[in-house]
Amino acid sequence: MRTASLRKLTVGAVAAGLVLTGCGTTAEGGSASGSGEDGPVSGLRVLVPNSPGSGYDTTARVVAKTMEDVELASGIEVFNLEGAGGTVGLQRLVNEDGNADLLMQMGLGVVGASYTNESEATLEDTTPIARLIEESEAIVVPADSPYQTLDQLIEAWKADPGAVPVGGASNPGGPDHLTPMLLADAVGLDPTTVNYVSYDGGGELLAAILGNQIAFGATGIGEVAEQAAAGDVRILAVTSEEPVEGVDAPTLTDEGVDLVFTNWRGIVAAPGISEEETQRHVDLVTEMHDSEEWQQALETNGWTDAFLTGDEFSEFLGEESQRVQTILGELGLA
Amino acid sequence: MGALGELLNGFGTALSPENLLYAFLGVLLGTAIGVLPGIGPAMTLALLLPLTYALPVTSALIMFAGIYYGGMYGGSTTSILLNTPGESASVVTAIEGNRMAKRGRAAQALATAAIGSFVAGTIATLLLALLAPTVAEIALLIGPADFFAIIVLAFIAVTSVLGSSRVRGLAALGLGLTIGLVGIDATSGQQRLTFGIPELADGIDIVIVAVGLFAVGEALWTAAHLRRAPIQIIPVGSGHMSRDDWRRSWKPWLRGTAIGFPFGAVPAGGAEIPTFLSYVTERKLSKHPEEFGHGAIEGVAGPEATNNASAAGGLVPLLTLGLPTTATAAILLVAIQTYGIEPGPRLFDTEPELVWGLIASLFIGNTMLLVLNLPLAPLWARLLRIPRSYLYAGILFFSALGAYAVNASPFDLFLLLAIGGLGFMMRRYGLPVLPAIIGVILGPFAEERLRTALQISDGDLGGLVTPLSVTVYVIVVLVLLWPLVRRLLPGKAAVPVLSEAAHEVEESHSHHGLTESVSAERGVGGEDRTP
Repeated sequence: MRTASLRKLTVGAVAAGLVLTGCGTTAEGGSASGSGEDGPVSGLRVLVPNSPGSGYDTTARVVAKTMEDVELASGIEVFNLEGAGGTVGLQRLVNEDGNADLLMQMGLGVVGASYTNESEATLEDTTPIARLIEESEAIVVPADSPYQTLDQLIEAWKADPGAVPVGGASNPGGPDHLTPMLLADAVGLDPTTVNYVSYDGGGELLAAILGNQIAFGATGIGEVAEQAAAGDVRILAVTSEEPVEGVDAPTLTDEGVDLVFTNWRGIVAAPGISEEETQRHVDLVTEMHDSEEWQQALETNGWTDAFLTGDEFSEFLGEESQRVQTILGELGLA
Repeated sequence: MGALGELLNGFGTALSPENLLYAFLGVLLGTAIGVLPGIGPAMTLALLLPLTYALPVTSALIMFAGIYYGGMYGGSTTSILLNTPGESASVVTAIEGNRMAKRGRAAQALATAAIGSFVAGTIATLLLALLAPTVAEIALLIGPADFFAIIVLAFIAVTSVLGSSRVRGLAALGLGLTIGLVGIDATSGQQRLTFGIPELADGIDIVIVAVGLFAVGEALWTAAHLRRAPIQIIPVGSGHMSRDDWRRSWKPWLRGTAIGFPFGAVPAGGAEIPTFLSYVTERKLSKHPEEFGHGAIEGVAGPEATNNASAAGGLVPLLTLGLPTTATAAILLVAIQTYGIEPGPRLFDTEPELVWGLIASLFIGNTMLLVLNLPLAPLWARLLRIPRSYLYAGILFFSALGAYAVNASPFDLFLLLAIGGLGFMMRRYGLPVLPAIIGVILGPFAEERLRTALQISDGDLGGLVTPLSVTVYVIVVLVLLWPLVRRLLPGKAAVPVLSEAAHEVEESHSHHGLTESVSAERGVGGEDRTP
C-alpha cells in the first residue's frame, strides 16, 4: 500500500470537521466580489438546484475545482438547494436580483421542470453564461429483447404504443421523458399515447431494463454504456448529432428519424447584473474551458464538450425552451 | 476462484494501518452524522467527495463504506433517546426504542441496537461476499407487481397497530396516506396538494413527518401538561443487557437480517418497508406481545438489524451490476467514477483489489462500530436524566436543526411545526400516531408500485399476477384467515392477541397520563373490540 501523506490526512480531518459543524451546507459565503483583473476571483457561490451527488452537483463541483486548480478563482462555495426539479433553486436565483456573485448550475431538466411545475421564475429571467457539456440520450433495450433495430422497435411502438412501455429516470418534463415524446412526435406517433414509466433514478431504470420489465428505455448514454459493453443491454440508437465514441450504435438521423436531441448542462447567473459583470463570468468560464485541466475532467467524467457562451447560449436556451414547451403543451403539461 | 481466498486478499488490503485509520474515521463520522438529524449519509458523502482527489481509491471507498454503515447505526441513537429519528431507516426503531428509554432501559435498547447492527451487518456482508452475483440476478426478477404484493402484506399488518378504536386508527392512517400524496405525481406530472408552494413539489420528507409527529408533537403535549401532571422521573436501570434481554434479542437480529438483506438488494427496496415488516413480525412472534407499545426489546433489535442488513444488501447491485439502489449508493458510484473506474458488471473482474478490499473493510468497520458504540450506550442513556423541561427544549432544538439541515430552507421549519401541531392535536383527540407514520411510509410506495405494474401491463390487471406475488397474496389470505381457523381448532382458546396488542400501542401513544378524551373514547371503542 502507498504510505499516507500528512496532507491527505489533514484534508480528511478538515473535511470531517466541516461536515460535523455543517459548514458545508449552511455557511454564507464571503460577500467580497472578485474584482482583480489579475488575481483569482473570490467569493463566488454556485447554487446546485439538485441533491448532492446528482449530475448537476457533480458538474458544479468539477467546475469549481477546475477553476481553483488553474487559479482562476479561489474559495468557490458550491451549495445545494434542491426541490421541484430545480425550480426551487431557480426561484432563489431569480430572487437574488443583481447579485453578481451567484451562479447556478442548470440544464435541460430545469427547462422542463419550469414548465411542468408552472414555476413563476423562468430561465428567461436569468442571465445565461455558458453551456458546458452535453450527453447523448440512448434508446436502449434489454439484451434478449425481440427488437434488433430501431425500425423494428418503432414499428411495434406505432402498432400498439400502450403495449410498448418506455422507461426513463426522470419525472415528466425531464430529459428521459422528453426523449421518447420527441421521438414519438418525429415518427408520427401521438405523444399522448406513449406509455411512459417514470423511475426514481438511473439505478432503478436500469434494473427495470435488465429485468425485462419495460420494452425500452430512454436515458443518458453514461447510465448504460458499461452495461452495453458487457452485453447486458443493447443500444439501438443515440440521439446526438454524431455517433458517441466507444458506443456501437447509430444516431437517430442515421436510422432515418429526423431528431437530434441531447441532454445538456450549463451555467446561468442571477438577473439584473451589469454587462461587465456578465462578461466577467463569461470570461471566467471561457478561461476555465480552455484549460488543460478541464479537458482532462471532460475525459474523466465521459462528458462531451458543448461549449457555447453569452448571446449564442441565450439563443439556444430560447429555442430549447420553445421546443420543450411545445411538446409538453401537446401533453397537457405546459 | 474462491470467494474466500479473494476475501482474504481483501483483508490484506483493508488491514493496512492507513486503511484501518480511514475505516475508523469513516465509522466515527458516520455515527456522528447518524446522530445529528437531517444530515444523512448521502449528503455527507457528497460533501466529502472532493477527498477522492487526494486519496487512493481503496482508502476513499473504505472510509465511505464506514460512513454508510455508521450512519445506519447512528440514526438509532436519537430515535431511542429523543424520539427524533435522524434517518428514515430508524423511524421504526423509535416506536419501541423510545418507550424503553422512558422506562429506564435506554442502555439496553442502545446495546441491542449496536449488537444487532453488528450481527446483521456481519452476516449480510458475508452474504454479500459469497452470494452477490446470484442475489443480484434474482433481485432483478422482482418486479413492481411483486413489490406491490409485499406492500399489501404490510398493509394487512397495519391492522395490528391501529389501536383500540378502529375508526380512529383508520383516520390516523388516512392522515398519513394524505401526507404521502403531497407532491408532483411522477407518472402524470400533475401537482397534488401542493397549494402552489414549490417547496412541497417533491413531497414531504418522511424524517420531517416522523420528527414532527413523534418529537415535536410530544414536546408540545408535555409542555401543555407539564404543570398539571406529576413529574415522572425516568428510572435509571442497569447499564447492561441481562440474560433475558439476550434471549429475547438474538432471534429478532437473525430475522431482521433475513428481512433486510434481500430488500436492500432489490432495486428501490429501501429500508423503510423492511424495518416496518420486521417490527410487525416481531410483534406477532413475540412471547411478550403485551410489552409492545411499552418498550419491547424485540421491537428495537429486529428493525435495527434490518436496516444494517439492508445497507449491506444495497451494495450487491452496486458492485455486481453497477446499479445504485439508494442515494448513498449513487454517491459511492460517483466516487468510483471519479477514479476513471466504470462500476458495472465487470467490476469484480477488473478491480478485484478494490471490491474485496471494500468488502473486507465492511467487516472491520462493523467491528469498530460495535467497539465504539457499546461502551457509549450507558453514557448516552444518562442524557435522559436531564430535567424534563430542559430535555424537551433540547429535543425541539435538535428537531428544528434536523429539519433545517435537510434543505437549509426555513420553509421546512414551518412544516415541522405544522406537523408537530398536528401531532399534538392527534394526541389531544386520541388519534394514534403510529398508523399515520405507517401511512406516510407505505402509501407512496404502494401507489408507485401499483401504477408502474399496471402501466407496464397497459392497464391489464393480469399484470399484477406473477408467481411471487401470488405466493405473497396466499400468505396475505392465510394471515387474514388465521384467527378464524384458530377459533375453529378444538382445544385452543381463542386469544385476541392482536386487539390486545393494539390496545397497548394506543395506550402508549396517548401516554403521560391519559387524557379525558382518550379514556372516554376507550369506553366507546372497547365494545367492538371485546372478543
